[in-house]
Amino acid sequence: MNDMRKVERDLKVNDAKITARNVDVRYGETHAIKDVSIDIPDRTVTSFIGPSGCGKSTFLRCLNRMNDTIDICRVTGKITIDGKDINERSVDPVQLRAQVGMVFQKPNPFPKSIYDNIAYGPRIHGLARSKTDMDEIVERALRRGAIWNEVKDRLHAPGTGLSGGQQQRLCIARAIATEPEVLLMDEPCSALDPIATAQVEELIDELRQDYSVVIVTHSMQQAARVSQKTAFFHLGDLVEFGETEKIFTNPSDPRTESYITGRIG
Amino acid sequence: MTTLAFLLLIVATIFGYFLNRIAARSIWNRGERLHSLTSYHGLFSALMVLVPVLTIMLFWLALEGRILDSLTMSGLPDGVLDGQGTGGLQLILAEIKSVSRGQIFGTPEDWKIAAADRYIALTRTSNMLMLIVVAVLSVAIIAFARSRVRVDFRARQGVERIVSGLMIFCSVVAIFTTLGIIFSLTFETYRFFEKVPVWDFLFGVNWEPQIPIRADQIAAEGAFGWLPVILGTIVITVVALVVAVPVGLFSAIYLNEFAPPKVRLVIKPVLELLAGVPTVVYGFFAILVVAPAIRSFGQSIGLDVAPNTALAAGGVMGIMLIPFISSFADDALSAVPQALRDGALGLGATRGEMMTTVLFPAALPGIVGGVLLAVSRAIGETMIVVMAAGLIARMTINPLESVTTVTVQIVTLLIGDTAFDNPKTLAAFALGMMLFLVTLIINIFALRIVRKYREAYD
Repeated sequence: MNDMRKVERDLKVNDAKITARNVDVRYGETHAIKDVSIDIPDRTVTSFIGPSGCGKSTFLRCLNRMNDTIDICRVTGKITIDGKDINERSVDPVQLRAQVGMVFQKPNPFPKSIYDNIAYGPRIHGLARSKTDMDEIVERALRRGAIWNEVKDRLHAPGTGLSGGQQQRLCIARAIATEPEVLLMDEPCSALDPIATAQVEELIDELRQDYSVVIVTHSMQQAARVSQKTAFFHLGDLVEFGETEKIFTNPSDPRTESYITGRIG
Repeated sequence: MTTLAFLLLIVATIFGYFLNRIAARSIWNRGERLHSLTSYHGLFSALMVLVPVLTIMLFWLALEGRILDSLTMSGLPDGVLDGQGTGGLQLILAEIKSVSRGQIFGTPEDWKIAAADRYIALTRTSNMLMLIVVAVLSVAIIAFARSRVRVDFRARQGVERIVSGLMIFCSVVAIFTTLGIIFSLTFETYRFFEKVPVWDFLFGVNWEPQIPIRADQIAAEGAFGWLPVILGTIVITVVALVVAVPVGLFSAIYLNEFAPPKVRLVIKPVLELLAGVPTVVYGFFAILVVAPAIRSFGQSIGLDVAPNTALAAGGVMGIMLIPFISSFADDALSAVPQALRDGALGLGATRGEMMTTVLFPAALPGIVGGVLLAVSRAIGETMIVVMAAGLIARMTINPLESVTTVTVQIVTLLIGDTAFDNPKTLAAFALGMMLFLVTLIINIFALRIVRKYREAYD
């Protein structure tokens, strides 16, 4: 275990995919995120945990500028992906969101066919040169999303007709189809039953090979199961960030310990 | 007297409510656990009184007139009615009634005055009888309802049953009214087709309905081909939709997705204000402002424009329809879940792409519903076209010419001298029937199309 931790630490130093420095988020008068700085490594699952309303989802939404779509939300501070400031004027948030995929709490397949759901991103970004090209992209994404075998015979059936767990994997596949580098997941399993949750967690673990995955979760067990790094948020502060193993066994901040042992939250 | 009966009923209702409520309350005060809240006990009594007694009163008032009339007429002395037709009988009855109200013209015969006295007496008896019936029934029902107040009496279920009965009644009223309208239309249309062949009506290209309705009038020969009239309706409707659909849709999309909240707060009520402008105001706007403007513009570029154009009437009608389409589309777009917007934006769609590829297909049924309503309004709209479109039926699709519409023709056919055994008057019913069928067919087709292309979200 010690060796592994060493490797992780090396990763952090050499290979920070996303870095945030002094990020503050305000919704009107509410100060939702207070001076958060964090380095999120590549090819790792990083989980954000914390009690409801602690700002973990808000912070996640900063990473692909989804907060831009909320009128009263103001983000300050510096966030870089691969060293490039994403809040810079020259960065097109639309391009950024293709590069940083997002999966939401409630499965939200479009009311279109399974095929069209996956093809949505590639189409709007012009990734496919031909029909066969698109077919390949769709198949690849569905395979990566671990749902290909369940839907390959009914690609033109509506995506809304799938079960909850299948819908969520469809949404993950849809996010993968635009070939992002980072995958953000906002409580992806909170609307799913235990079996579907297990399938999605397995998928998240596989996705780690290619992507930097950031997952917000309410379930500490889930954070412990799927992530290598864990960040604990409390009342808008990033309280503690480190290897998952350490956060759950030997937290350095008393607030983290209280949360993990169930005294706050 | 009738007012008194109504007042009595209201008092009985309120009295029943409080009587039962207080009775239930006293049981509750004894520490018992009532099945229903005390207010349900009160409501139960109130509704038990109100609904049946009111029904009886309304029936009474509806039937009273006929019974009194026939009693009055049958009481007339023998022989005075000999040789009178239906019209004559009605005239005599009307005279008797006006005498009973004290409006006496000339010197009525003695038997008419006697009949008027009897009519007054009968009316008084009937009113008195109604008052007694209302009073007795109210007291009886209140007593019955009061006797039901017990710990385990299910007043709540009783109230809900009565209310759901009222709801069923209300929904049935609408259906039966529609059926009644269809029936009378069908009947009169049938009479029209007895006088004018169906084929002449359906496929005739001449519409000259101004035929004489009395032997001494000089008028046209008459031709009842509806094609030029419905063509006029279609031209004006198309013009109106060409104006209303794009403007309404784009304003809805702008308000829904792109407008800053402050702008939305101002524009939306103003837009809805358009729906509140009376159509007659639109009518004179069309005839006094828009039509001359179109005419002078057309002449300045060398076009021959009629003083009353389909373009002016249709264009102004389009403006009238904008709020229908925009508010329906706005509601439909707002109803699309935020999750779908987030999903599209999260994949890197711009707001425009999100609108066209996700929101619009999902909101399609609501949007089409608004457009359909607008089509029905446009086809049925009368005031603007009466004022701003012409009266001459022409087979033309040129919006710069004067055209006439089905509704305009119905109005002109029924204004002035009418006789209900004349094809000129009956033609109005035939046109109404066709209008009804056309709107029905459009609705059915549109629903089919929506069902085929909609993208259902849940």
